[in-house]
Amino acid sequence: MTRLLSASATVLAIALAAALAGSLEGVRTVLAVAVPYAAFAVLVLGLSWRVVRWSLAPVPFRIPTVCGQQKSLPWIASSRLESPHTTAGVIGRMALEILAFRSLFRNTGSRLERGPRLVYREARWLWLAALLFHWSLLVILLRHLRLLVEPVPTLALVLDRLDGFFQVGAPVVYLSDGLILVSLTYLLQRRVRNPQVRYISLFTDYFALVLLGAIAVSGMWMRYFARADTVAIKQFAIGLTVFRPAVPANLGDWFFVHLALVATLAAYLPFSKLVHLGGVFLSPTRNLANNNRMKRHLNPWNYPVKVHTYQEWEQEFHDKMAAAGLPLERP
Amino acid sequence: MRDRGIIWMGLALFLVFLTLPAWHNLSARVSAKGPQPVPPAGQKQCVAPVEYMRTSHMRLLLDWRDSVVRRGAQDYTSPDGRHFAMSLTNTCLRECHSAKADFCDRCHNYEAVAVPCWDCHMDSKTLLGSVK
Repeated sequence: MTRLLSASATVLAIALAAALAGSLEGVRTVLAVAVPYAAFAVLVLGLSWRVVRWSLAPVPFRIPTVCGQQKSLPWIASSRLESPHTTAGVIGRMALEILAFRSLFRNTGSRLERGPRLVYREARWLWLAALLFHWSLLVILLRHLRLLVEPVPTLALVLDRLDGFFQVGAPVVYLSDGLILVSLTYLLQRRVRNPQVRYISLFTDYFALVLLGAIAVSGMWMRYFARADTVAIKQFAIGLTVFRPAVPANLGDWFFVHLALVATLAAYLPFSKLVHLGGVFLSPTRNLANNNRMKRHLNPWNYPVKVHTYQEWEQEFHDKMAAAGLPLERP
Repeated sequence: MRDRGIIWMGLALFLVFLTLPAWHNLSARVSAKGPQPVPPAGQKQCVAPVEYMRTSHMRLLLDWRDSVVRRGAQDYTSPDGRHFAMSLTNTCLRECHSAKADFCDRCHNYEAVAVPCWDCHMDSKTLLGSVK
């Protein structure tokens, strides 16, 4: 519980500091210009550093964790997606994993019932909440293109129409906004309410969830309730993208809170569990073909080992062994 | 082991996507000028202060709609004491913002906001002239 509280307090402190900085004339420049650029640089460099380091790590053997029949004899049906032996199968498996969270779909929960009897059952709420959260986040990120690019790209236009399909209120309520709140709430309460999960939850687990939740809430508050001047926000955002940043007069506390929290997320991402954004592509237990029986994978660092065979040894001590009456392979 | 090239290409592709808005805006020479809607020539003051209208005109219009359609109340008193008939076509468009393309559409296109107003209301200048 203290971990959740300290994570929430950290996010709250960042938000309050941002609101204060946004209302001060001089500090606003730092917050609106220096912080976003710095956070973005940290994101790009940090992520590149992590991925390049991973790419240099040797993966000499195929170590896939599979859930299907391995390719062996031609008359035994193999599972092409669950235990792929071809590159196409690996791509299909990775696509299922990244786009549909295939492995999480297999999640099971265990419970001790009266008897005592241990009962395993399917537990798919985590899968559903995770899937909803990640897809909502993607849609929300792509939707933000309408505030970053001029003219607005078609993708952002289409997503905007679909997301605001029901045309509730003005500004129109987005479906993804509701879904991300629901899914984040589920993911957070799961960490708090389930004793086993709570036991293994660390500060960083709570911090990521609370930070994402605070970003979603501040953005929604800005859109639906505070109603920030979005034209000024887009002018400011475009100024940032073309490297001619103009510090806005005052876009409201909620905007600066949102901006500072997003900058925090960007700078935090490469050094936290959130870097699974890149890591999911590089898991050797998923992205390697299960072809250990079809191909021989040689250890690339096998160096020539100096050996001394028995035959050589016997030759070396032949005379002494013969004199001592010891049995010889070559008398 | 031999996948470094693929990994680095994937990383480069991701970074290009991440920075695409900057590349696009820089190459298309987009400036932070903004949509610059044309204010009506004769009038100086809208039905509410301009700061309020800039961020919350949609709320005002929805309130007008609810008031007219559900309660039958047509009269709106502005914060500075003037009276207006609650009507998008007859008040907003006819009296001041006749050029929708130069006023409404500028910002809505800039922000990719699809407003459902024009599903029902007349919007073109010529049509407005023929409406009693």
